[in-house]
Amino acid sequence: MVRIQDLPRKNFLMPGNAACPGCPETMGLRYVGMALGENAVLVIPASCSSVIQGIYPRSGIGMPILNIVFAAAAAAASGLKAALEIRGLKDAQVVAWAGDGGTGDIGFQALSGAAERNEDIIYICVDNEAYMNTGIQRSSLTPYGAWTTTTWTGKKEHKKDVPLTLIAHRVPYVATASVGFPTDFIDKLRKASKIRGFKYIHLHAPCPVGWRFDPAKTAEVAKLAVQTGLWILYEYENGKFRISPLSRPYRDKSKRKPLVEYIRLQGRFRHLKKSDIAVLEKYVDEMWEFYTKLEEIYK
Amino acid sequence: MPRKILTGNHTVAEAVKLARVQVIAAYPITPQTTIVEKLAEMVEHGEIEAKMIRVESEHSALAAVYGAAAGGARAFTATSSHGLLYMHEVVWWAAASRLPLVMAVVTRAIGPPWNIHVSHEDIMDQRDTGWIISMAEDNQEVLDLVLQAFRISEDERVYLPAMVGLDGFLLSHTAMPVDVPEQEVVDSWLPPRLPRPYVIEPGSGVIMGNIPPDEAFYRMRHSMQRAMYNAKRVIEEVDEEYYKMTGRRYGGLVEFYRCDDAKYVVVLMGTWAGNAKEAADRLRERGIPVGVARIRYVRPFPRERLREKLLGMKGVMVFDRSVSMGRGGPLHAEVVEALEAKPSIMGVVAGVGGVDVGVRDFEKLVEDFVKKVEEEGRVYVNDYWYGV
Repeated sequence: MVRIQDLPRKNFLMPGNAACPGCPETMGLRYVGMALGENAVLVIPASCSSVIQGIYPRSGIGMPILNIVFAAAAAAASGLKAALEIRGLKDAQVVAWAGDGGTGDIGFQALSGAAERNEDIIYICVDNEAYMNTGIQRSSLTPYGAWTTTTWTGKKEHKKDVPLTLIAHRVPYVATASVGFPTDFIDKLRKASKIRGFKYIHLHAPCPVGWRFDPAKTAEVAKLAVQTGLWILYEYENGKFRISPLSRPYRDKSKRKPLVEYIRLQGRFRHLKKSDIAVLEKYVDEMWEFYTKLEEIYK
Repeated sequence: MPRKILTGNHTVAEAVKLARVQVIAAYPITPQTTIVEKLAEMVEHGEIEAKMIRVESEHSALAAVYGAAAGGARAFTATSSHGLLYMHEVVWWAAASRLPLVMAVVTRAIGPPWNIHVSHEDIMDQRDTGWIISMAEDNQEVLDLVLQAFRISEDERVYLPAMVGLDGFLLSHTAMPVDVPEQEVVDSWLPPRLPRPYVIEPGSGVIMGNIPPDEAFYRMRHSMQRAMYNAKRVIEEVDEEYYKMTGRRYGGLVEFYRCDDAKYVVVLMGTWAGNAKEAADRLRERGIPVGVARIRYVRPFPRERLREKLLGMKGVMVFDRSVSMGRGGPLHAEVVEALEAKPSIMGVVAGVGGVDVGVRDFEKLVEDFVKKVEEEGRVYVNDYWYGV
């Protein structure tokens, strides 16, 4: 794993961006810059990152950006990549940077199309588990029980497993990552940048505003999601599935931190009853059971 | 110049090939489908050096060619009807991004009920988007308009995307002789696209589309409008250049057919102009001085050209193949404004959903109109629905 001190010093995220305090997306964008450097061009659909860029004619992000309508990130990125390739810019890394809505809901069709066509792009889903840019409405990636402004008594359905659907597309590379573990994310980005074809990285991104926690604790909440076993870091690469080293210990249930440590930091779960927490605990167990089996199948 | 027998859709594909388009993305929809099929065949047989993105929807088709245009490539897509409506959001986005791009629109009715036949409601729905919008009368003009669309769209005075409309089935699936210029001739006139007005590529530092102050947004809209007005001049220049290259010209924004000594003029666009012209010929044989003003470009709208020619007419009949519900024919509304309703004007809605309107229909309708104007002196009809 890359060491922080070996990463490039150049900052691709500059002062003057319009992010909220403690924003996980700015963390993620900084890591994308560190990993891909000058080769990255971003395609951003409607999302918090449309705003975070800052106000025209300036921008707080040191990478070229093509903004695009909500449902079309993967399609616009496909076209942009085709053009750059035809023009001989082979090293260009076209990165679609979309939220959970732009990925798993409104943008799902374009994503599925681009994945099936095996477009040579990196698609990153920055998953803050609700429509944060419009003010915290549920998405299909909002977890069970979470309060949002369209699920006042808590969401009744589980989180949609989008990265699993990408594995079903048999693309060359699918990985999960977390803003709490930058070096793991950067390693995965760098690996993705060397693979031809469609690369998908699902970045877990706890949002202090939408999840109702102290903005100083974004990294802590992100880490707890992994340490409680709720968010599993893995890689699916050319037909092989591997739980990432950072998550591997949590295959053993006794090594996982109690889920309530994660839950009680977040206002969105404040109303949860014991029975609700039990539902989430069962979900964690089931996810581990499933992904352990998947690791055996895709050895 | 080789002459080929081509359907309208295959003519589009020939023009795309001649224009050396680099990125194509399209989703099949009747009656546009054979464009996608032909282009896929050309790409797979190496007749054209383009990347074909076989997208999963029209929304993605336009988004993909938009991305390609942003990346500096010459890009093309084609659609019809519901496909065009499905991509409507990206239609706006592409225009306001000021990127050169060309799209063929094979005009077709919008459901329900399902109807695959010709209507102009799909293309007329795009008038406010900031695209240059043209309409062909025959397949030769399809070829010429598609080639010219690249030239106009890539002109630095314009930098707006361009649609070329061709009537579903009437042109798309009808074979006609088409003079196809030699590749070298087209190359000398349409050089490879320059990476302008800007390109999204590593190190370019360009960010397209982030939030501006409202005043800046407003100024950007104004600059689009200026570009549209510039396009009027550019379209006429390109028409002349093209004439020097091929010997064909159409008169730019409007084709005026026998209008110089006319007292009555039919205004319309698309394939049925052929029928209107023949009706005008027949009426002239009977001493009724009729001409036809065929709108070639709906956007930018040829307001000045229509005023120059038609303000002094006794009567003007505007035929619309689409309707703005609650108002009437959209072309009619724009002609009325351009002419300040000075001549007698009759708006006719006809042919919607593929209903056939032949030479005899035009002949009778114009004759009746002329008779009414001669008897009453002044006639104004908003939307007469022919045949209902």
